[in-house]
Amino acid sequence: MQRPDSERIVITGVGLAAPGASSLQEFRANLLAGKSGVSTLDLRYMGVHPAGLCSFNETKYRKKRENKRGTRAGCIGVYCANEALADAGLGEDDYDRAATGVYLGLTEHGTVETENEVYNISQFDYNVDYWTHHHNPRTVLNNPAGEITMNLGITGPHYSIGAACAAGNAALIQGVQMLRLGEVDLALCGGISECTGSFGIFASFKSQGALAEHPDPTRASRPFDMERNGIVISEGGCVFTLERLDRALARGAKVYGEIAGYGMNSDAKDFVLPHGPRQQQCMELALKRAGMTPAEITIINTHATGTRQGDVEECAAIRATFGDHPVWVNNTKSHIGHAMGAAGVLELAANLPSFSDHLVHPTINLDQLDPDCALEGLVSGQPRQLDRVGAILNNSFGMLGINSVVIVKSFMAN
Amino acid sequence: MTRDEIKDVILEIIEDIDEDAEFDNLDADAPLRDQLDLDSMDFLDIVMELRKRYQLQIPEDEYPELASLTSCVNYLEPKLKDA
Repeated sequence: MQRPDSERIVITGVGLAAPGASSLQEFRANLLAGKSGVSTLDLRYMGVHPAGLCSFNETKYRKKRENKRGTRAGCIGVYCANEALADAGLGEDDYDRAATGVYLGLTEHGTVETENEVYNISQFDYNVDYWTHHHNPRTVLNNPAGEITMNLGITGPHYSIGAACAAGNAALIQGVQMLRLGEVDLALCGGISECTGSFGIFASFKSQGALAEHPDPTRASRPFDMERNGIVISEGGCVFTLERLDRALARGAKVYGEIAGYGMNSDAKDFVLPHGPRQQQCMELALKRAGMTPAEITIINTHATGTRQGDVEECAAIRATFGDHPVWVNNTKSHIGHAMGAAGVLELAANLPSFSDHLVHPTINLDQLDPDCALEGLVSGQPRQLDRVGAILNNSFGMLGINSVVIVKSFMAN
Repeated sequence: MTRDEIKDVILEIIEDIDEDAEFDNLDADAPLRDQLDLDSMDFLDIVMELRKRYQLQIPEDEYPELASLTSCVNYLEPKLKDA
């Protein structure tokens, strides 16, 4: 099922801000070295908790005043989008801004800004005269994508995809669809999370019994481990440049990989609890769309967040989908925590270099494997050297039962 | 507050909005927005900051009084005489 080059969609640039890394090279080096990006955050009302925080040059692409006016998500987004374009070799005169779309996945938006503003007016006896006029433009759902278009002068469409923690993958899928429809010629798509600024998100996971705790923050995010006790909340962002293959080849672009297939579905079951059988169906749907068999997948990058049931459900779904086919499995959250709307795309970026270095980055903090999470090809502690990486299957699931799977294959020209 | 102190407060608020603002050649009698990189949202930031610092409620129909540095000082001087 080979599509014509005008319908084949490839990744040609990556820009990211992850806990502990502000470029793909730095990110990959940390992952292969097993170096955690998680630290701690002392947050209003919450005290000190493990968290993944990003450090990058915030004024590389826009002024401090614009960062003050905008949002943290916008700041991360502008950085990632500019880095992706630079990585793709797309200077300001090299692409049609009217034919460029910006599609960003968000788990939520506006929570941080609203909490900050309620705190602000609490200092003025809750007099709403002190509520900022910046509140609405900061909290509209298209804010981070819109900040990118203003920064880059992009006049094509921009909007957010709300899909809980499946949002990054969902935005990538949106980009693929819009390119195939011919709506745009270049898609900047990915996901952003600023949720470390929200005490409410920490408090809600804590109330749910799903907020990770560990005396050493670098060991707090431990999917598949017997001692796992919840999620490490992280901020971050990742934006890809997606292009149709014919255009990418015509301009001599480097190609990280080709989006071979994707799937999205819904559990239709529970507000928070994941459902393995539907995740299995989602992986099968992505494989079917890719025209691939489980045997053709080299690496599965898991969604597992370090919650008791979530990790087990996903492992069961993988077993059911892949059976006895040998496949390598890893988890990026063990290094950087859960970057929510950015998780799917950051975790895909974490694995893209496998096509060229033929290494599977390890899962870390796996001291005592939970037997219910035992998967044959789980890569733990050290990277695994392979002869070749053919395809990566990237899982990303979210609350309200939203599942997304993206398969990226090694690029081979016809 | 003296007129000079009020002027310094206004410039300090603008500098807090835009740290790159250049005041060296500022014409105190000409509109601030024509000389500095300020838009309507920045202007509302100035109004909000005056409210926060001095509990000043500036009615919307009096916003034009804040157009230039001199008109700002003229308008604020009686309101901030005890500040």
